[in-house]
Amino acid sequence: MSEKKLMKGNEAIAEAAVRGGCRYYFGYPITPQNEIPEYMSWRLPEVGGVFIQAESEISAINMVYGAAGAGGRSMTSSSSPGVSLKQEGISYICGAELPCVIINMVRGGPGLGGIQPAQSDYFQAVKGGGHGDYKMLVYGPATVQEAVDIVYGAFDKAEQYRLPVMILGDGMLGQIMEAVTLPEMRKPGDIKVPEWATVGTHTGADRKIINSLYIEPDVLEALNRTLYARYAAMSEAETMVEEYRVSDAEVIITAYGTVARIAKSTVDILRAAGVKAGLIRPITLYPFPSATYRAAAKKRSVKEFITVELSMGQMVEDVRLAVNGKKPVKFYGRSGGNVMTPEDIARFVTEGK
Amino acid sequence: MEKIIIAGFGGQGVLSLGQLIAYAAMYEGKEVTWLPSYGPEMRGGTANCSVVVDDKPVASPVIAVPDCLIAMNKPSLHKFENNVRPGGTVIVNSSLIEDKVARSDVNVRYIDANAIAHSVGNDKAASIVILGAYIKASGLFPEAVMLATIEKVFAAKPKFIPSNKDAFLAGFSA
Repeated sequence: MSEKKLMKGNEAIAEAAVRGGCRYYFGYPITPQNEIPEYMSWRLPEVGGVFIQAESEISAINMVYGAAGAGGRSMTSSSSPGVSLKQEGISYICGAELPCVIINMVRGGPGLGGIQPAQSDYFQAVKGGGHGDYKMLVYGPATVQEAVDIVYGAFDKAEQYRLPVMILGDGMLGQIMEAVTLPEMRKPGDIKVPEWATVGTHTGADRKIINSLYIEPDVLEALNRTLYARYAAMSEAETMVEEYRVSDAEVIITAYGTVARIAKSTVDILRAAGVKAGLIRPITLYPFPSATYRAAAKKRSVKEFITVELSMGQMVEDVRLAVNGKKPVKFYGRSGGNVMTPEDIARFVTEGK
Repeated sequence: MEKIIIAGFGGQGVLSLGQLIAYAAMYEGKEVTWLPSYGPEMRGGTANCSVVVDDKPVASPVIAVPDCLIAMNKPSLHKFENNVRPGGTVIVNSSLIEDKVARSDVNVRYIDANAIAHSVGNDKAASIVILGAYIKASGLFPEAVMLATIEKVFAAKPKFIPSNKDAFLAGFSA
């Protein structure tokens, strides 16, 4: 095992992407994720890759579209307002069945909002921020190490399912420093260019076409059915969730990303005070670990669920769908870039405010 | 577990001070998080960071009740002093803060960091002096661990190692 390094989340994610095979990065600066393009600007040329600071987010995502179509492992990163600008391109990439990795270090909105941490882009990430029936594989890592491990494997997943993988972080995940163990650099020979990639006809292969325009209704419907069969397979194979002190819990706190770490401390505070609390932490936000909530809701010991988010309440809707009325689902959130403490959540659990 | 909030003006070395503690924790095989305030901070603005050191993986990197507050300027002292755990520690940079801590249930160390840094010939090392005073007060790591950490972190700029070690030791024995 290699030596641990103290790294900022943004930098560690960039290095993990490079080690996972990323050779094409296109982006446009925005706080709080600027360390990613900054890192890529010197790191990618070192490994024979390409870094381009585009003239806009719209341009950057379309560069990703092009590079992905040619079979290159491509990535972009941004923060909320910038990711909104990328939505048209993301929809096209999904329609063209192309793989890529997109990082969103979420900041408060709507509009230009603020620059402090938020989780208010959950709906956009998991319900389809662009037009049309599509899904992405969306992860909400809680630690820098978990982000590194997920990003390292993200290009494989994106190619396997032929869709964008999104990492939904927040300003804290981008800015925090933690000790990480970095994975080995993937050998270029281990990464195969997909057979559908537009690499030219010089090999004698037929012409390939990358497209998201399907004028014939039957053809488009067939594509959508294919995509949804793929999403179903992805849900079977890729759903990830962590449960903490849930087995005898009466109060289930649920949160994702860095907020789940704060909530984990809350569980320990409450347990020390004699409250039987536990935590369910989705690691994949799409596919959502509904079965875990269903199972918890069925338990007689479980009295209620409390969803905690840095938003006005988004993931709570998926929790309610999964719990399906079997137990009360309450919500505690902060917004605008304000971050709750473990003690704030504990107060909400015990006093309801 | 040790939860530390370090706060001051941007440019005072607040974030670097926290990073030195974080590096030392990592070298010692501890789990650690370093979470900075970020955004419109700039030289002369306010800056702070939260550092959590633990034997097990750190859950919350956000600190409501620190074990120690390191206040490099007056607004930082007033913003955070009431949050410190009873029995906790407050390190006050008395070069810039004439106020006294009003609480009697915390251990307070007043460190004239600028004067001490000047006395060892390194005017820019006030934050390293404070680090020395903090390590002495908390006993978080042996002084040798911090000296080795200074060597590693400044390895790319070796000419700064001796003066920073001097500043650390001066703060440690202040």
